[in-house]
Parts: sequence; structure tokens; C-alpha cells
Amino acid sequence: MKFIQNLLDKARPAVTTGKLKPLYPLHNAIETLMFVPAHTTHSGSHVRDSIDLKRTMFTVIIALLPAVLFGMWNTGYWHNIAIGNESATLIDNVLYGATKLLPMIIVTYVFGLGVEIFFSYVRKHPVNEGFLVSGMLIPLIMPADIPLWMVAVSTVFAVLIGKEVFGGTGMNILNPALTARAFAFFAYPTFMSGDKVWIGGLTSGEGVVDGFSGATALGQYAAGVDAPMIGSHALDFNNAFLGLIPGSMGETSALAILIGALYLIYTGIGSWKIMLSGVLGAIVMGLTFNAFAEYAISPEQISFMSMPWYYHLVYGGFAFGIVFMSTDPVSAAQTERGKWIYGFLVGIFCIMIRVFNPAYPEGVMLAILFMNVMAPLIDHYVIQSNVKKRNKRAELATAKA
Amino acid sequence: MSTETQEVVKSNEPLFSKKNRRLMSTPLNDDNPITVQVLGICSALAITVKLEPAIVMSISVFFVLAAGNVIISLMRNLIPNRIRIIVQLVVVASLVILVDQTLKAFLYDVSKQLSVFVGLIITNCIIMGRFEAFALGNTPWKSFLDAVGNAAGYGWILITVAFFRELLGSGQLFGIDLLGNATEGTGVYALGYVNNGMMLLPPMALIVVALIIWVQRSRNKELIEE
Repeated sequence: MKFIQNLLDKARPAVTTGKLKPLYPLHNAIETLMFVPAHTTHSGSHVRDSIDLKRTMFTVIIALLPAVLFGMWNTGYWHNIAIGNESATLIDNVLYGATKLLPMIIVTYVFGLGVEIFFSYVRKHPVNEGFLVSGMLIPLIMPADIPLWMVAVSTVFAVLIGKEVFGGTGMNILNPALTARAFAFFAYPTFMSGDKVWIGGLTSGEGVVDGFSGATALGQYAAGVDAPMIGSHALDFNNAFLGLIPGSMGETSALAILIGALYLIYTGIGSWKIMLSGVLGAIVMGLTFNAFAEYAISPEQISFMSMPWYYHLVYGGFAFGIVFMSTDPVSAAQTERGKWIYGFLVGIFCIMIRVFNPAYPEGVMLAILFMNVMAPLIDHYVIQSNVKKRNKRAELATAKA
Repeated sequence: MSTETQEVVKSNEPLFSKKNRRLMSTPLNDDNPITVQVLGICSALAITVKLEPAIVMSISVFFVLAAGNVIISLMRNLIPNRIRIIVQLVVVASLVILVDQTLKAFLYDVSKQLSVFVGLIITNCIIMGRFEAFALGNTPWKSFLDAVGNAAGYGWILITVAFFRELLGSGQLFGIDLLGNATEGTGVYALGYVNNGMMLLPPMALIVVALIIWVQRSRNKELIEE
């Protein structure tokens, strides 16, 4: 570490005042990432809290680790089932998953940070750490087989249109990671939906067992299957809770996500109000569907609507979305009461899109993006109602006096 | 009307005086109908999936706007103020029907692709906007130049958007495969390239227009609001 510190110190005069001034944002980025730089307050007196953006972001990365590690293993696990290699060891599975996940992580960071550094250079402000989490989230919500160049295009689009257009980190109205996924979903639908994409190696079809179908649990429910199976592997509640189901690389294990969620709540980084109200929203919608299942028109819909409500919490990307995406402090509602409304509606819309829209067996992405757009509106009304309440109180006070 | 007195003073003005040339050039950039005034957005979303309909649309709007502006300008002293919108509508509607029938007769395929959007030229805000804001108060020649400028300002945005949407969305320009055949997997498709399906969806037209606005404003600082 001393060696890097020396190198950065040596380069400092050149980038602050010397010829290499355009490279200052890059220098600053590396320095803030690796060390605690000697920033001091320039004017007035402020209290500097040690929990800066860097530490916030790293807390989320740590919370993501269980999902990352489990995702790597799960990707390999399903790949080996697909090619009929049931005796694959833990190491085999993790290694296969790593060959899928690590290149994607590298690609998102290289392209996403590339755009960020470019804009910092143009706008002459230091690079901040906002992309650290987005760059980790994007690979986790992509299917294993998506070509890397699509990940790169989606990442660049998300950083550019989702974030830089609005003024960079902290100004975005949409969650950048979900913007990337939504772009990939609409731009390259054949790589982002269907029966084949959720298990690594299935799209190329090499060595896949004859007649093997990789339809996800939600996809099978939407098609009217009562007890979804892949081969001899049941996609039931317990397996889904542990994460033994196919899906995007990091989203499958509700358990791993729960560990991350507890860490986020314990450290105070993620809002427990949003998570809790999101789960409540999903439960309410799930129970409503259960109650009205018999009135559905088609048999597929009857079977999907009568799926037990708690299944919704562990299937698909609901858990991942509600814990890591909807709690994004920038794009979520900011007011405390607004967070309850925001989270609750994310839950409601997610389950509603899942069940009612046959084109999207999974709805959490669209639900969160939609509520991201609505969050400022919710905040506006929460604030207005508070203003009204206080005005009334002030009037009463003056009337008494 | 006050504009008549102006006319008398400026009647000796050369046809392409500096002022007249500005009538044509400002709508291309500083006062672009789409990117600055944000008018005519519906058609920019709907018919820019391919280049050919976009060009036909631009020409149609040019014709309607130019002829309409000149007709309204000629009649400007005869139109009673209270019913001017109705008169304007009658003029646009007749011109649009002319365009629609011509397209159906000679460019049937394009006409089918444009479908209702030819008829909807009537409601294109650019046209009524120019009638109200310019043709009612200016001479026919100036109104014509204004129409040329605004139609060109509308057209170049439409064609630019359509260029990117067709190239990236279908890999074609004017319906000709430029990047190889997608279904047979030749050309760049053999390398694993895939057309961007989102380019074919209307939201992407908005995003492309937004990117044009972004580039325009970063080059033209006068457009940036406080």
C-alpha cells in the first residue's frame, strides 16, 4: 500500500497544477478509493461525519457479498444440472459461475466508470463513488448467458441516460442498475426473457440433456403449471428460499438477500421502512389474488392467482429488488411517510404485473422504475400535507392567543 | 393592422435580405420547432422508425406549411379575427387532403406506413403555430421563407432520429440491409451483433430527440435557461 501512496503523492503536483491537470479526476478517484484523503473543510465550521459516500457504498457491497457468492455457485449448479453432470462438486459450480459473473463485473466497471470519469473530466469535478454499487448490481440482475457487449451497451446507456443527463450521482430519478436492465430487456428481449436464458450454457445448447427445459418457476406458473419442476428438481418454496432455482445471477436466494438486508438495516444504510412496506404490499396483493382466484377467466390465470401468497416473496427478483433496488437512497422517496407509501406500492405493482401481464412473468423491475418516477410526487404530497397540518396548528395557536 | 405600415416601409427590401435569411436559419437551430419549442413531438415519435416515411412526412409537412402560410398570409387582411382559427383549419384540412390523396395515388406503401399521421398533420402544432404567430402578420414572401425554415427545422430532426432508429433498430437504411442480413446471420450479425429492439419502440425516439437537444444546448449556450 505504501508503494501506491508514494506513487500518488509523487503524481500530485503534476495533476493539480502541472501539465497533467485533465487527469486529476482519475487521480482523485484512485486516491479516495484506496486511502482516506486529507480533505479539510475550507470555510465555516462543519461537522465531518466519517460515513461518507465511499463508506456507504462499500457497506452495500458487503451486504451484496452473500448474494454474489451464492449466485456464482447457483449459476454453476444449474449449468451442471442442464448438461446432466449431477456429480459436480462445489468447486466446479463456483468456478463455472465465476467464469460467467467475473467478466461481467469487469465489463460493467470498465464501461460504467469510463463514462463517469469522462463526465467528471468534462464537468471538472471529482469522480464520486456512486457507480460502485450500480456496477456490482448490474451483473447480478443479468442472466448468465447474455453477451458481454450487451452488458456494456446497457451500462453505458444507464449511466448516460439514467444518471449523467440529470447531473450525475445523487441527481438521477431512476435507479441506474435497473435502467441498465430495462434497456437490455427491451433492446435484446431474446437474451433477457424466455425459457432458455436463465441457466448458463442453455442458449448455445452445447451438451444440454435432451428435452431439458429451463423455464423459471414464475414462467411455469404463468403457463398454468401447479408445481413447477425442472427435471427432477422441484422449484418449491424451500428451494426458492434457499435459492436453488434458476434466475438472474444474484437474485435467486432469498436467504442470502435476507442476510444482506439485515446487514443493511443494522448499519442504517438501507431503509427498513421501504423493505417492510414493500413486503407488506406484496403480501396484501398476494392475498387479494388468492381470495379472487376463482373469478379469473383462464385456467392459467386461476392457477397463477391461487399460488400461495408467500411464494411471491421468494420467487423471481422480488427479494433482491426490494432490498437492494427500491432502497436506493437517491431514487426512492425521501420523506419518512413517503417511504411507507413508496415501498407499499412497489410491492403491490410488482405482484400485479407478475400475475396480470402475461408478457412479463416478473414485474419487480418495472414496478420499481415506475415508483422511482412517482417518488417525487409522493414526497410532494407528504410535504404539503405536513405544511397544511402545521399551518392549521399555527392558526389555532394564534386564534387562542 | 400595425403590420401593414411596416410592410410599406420595407417593400423595397431585397428578396434575400439578411432579415429574410434569418427567417429561414433560426428554426434550424436557435428556434427549432421540435428541440426548442417542443412542438410536433407526436409525429416525431410515431413515424421515425424508418427513414423513408420520415422523409415523406417532412416533405408533406413542408408542402402543407408552405402553401398554408402563403394562403393565410394572402388572406390575412380579409380574415375576421374571431373566426381565424376556423379559417386556418379549413386551409390546413384542404391541403392535408391534397397531400393524403397524392400519397395514396403515387406512394401507396409509404402512405400505409404513415397511416393516420398524414391526417394528423392538421393537428401538428407547428402548422397552426406558424399561421397564428407569423402568417397572420407578415407578407406572403416572408411567410413562405418562414415555412421553409420551420419545415426544414422539423425535417432535419425527423430525418436524424429516423436515421439512428432505422440503422440501430433494424440494421437498415431505406430498407436496404447495411449491416448484413439479420435472419441469415451474415455481415456483422455473424460476429454476434444483434439489432437493438428498443430503437423500434416510441420511447427511444424521445431519448434520441433528447440527446439531440443535449448536444444542441451544449453547443449553443444561449438556449440554456437559468
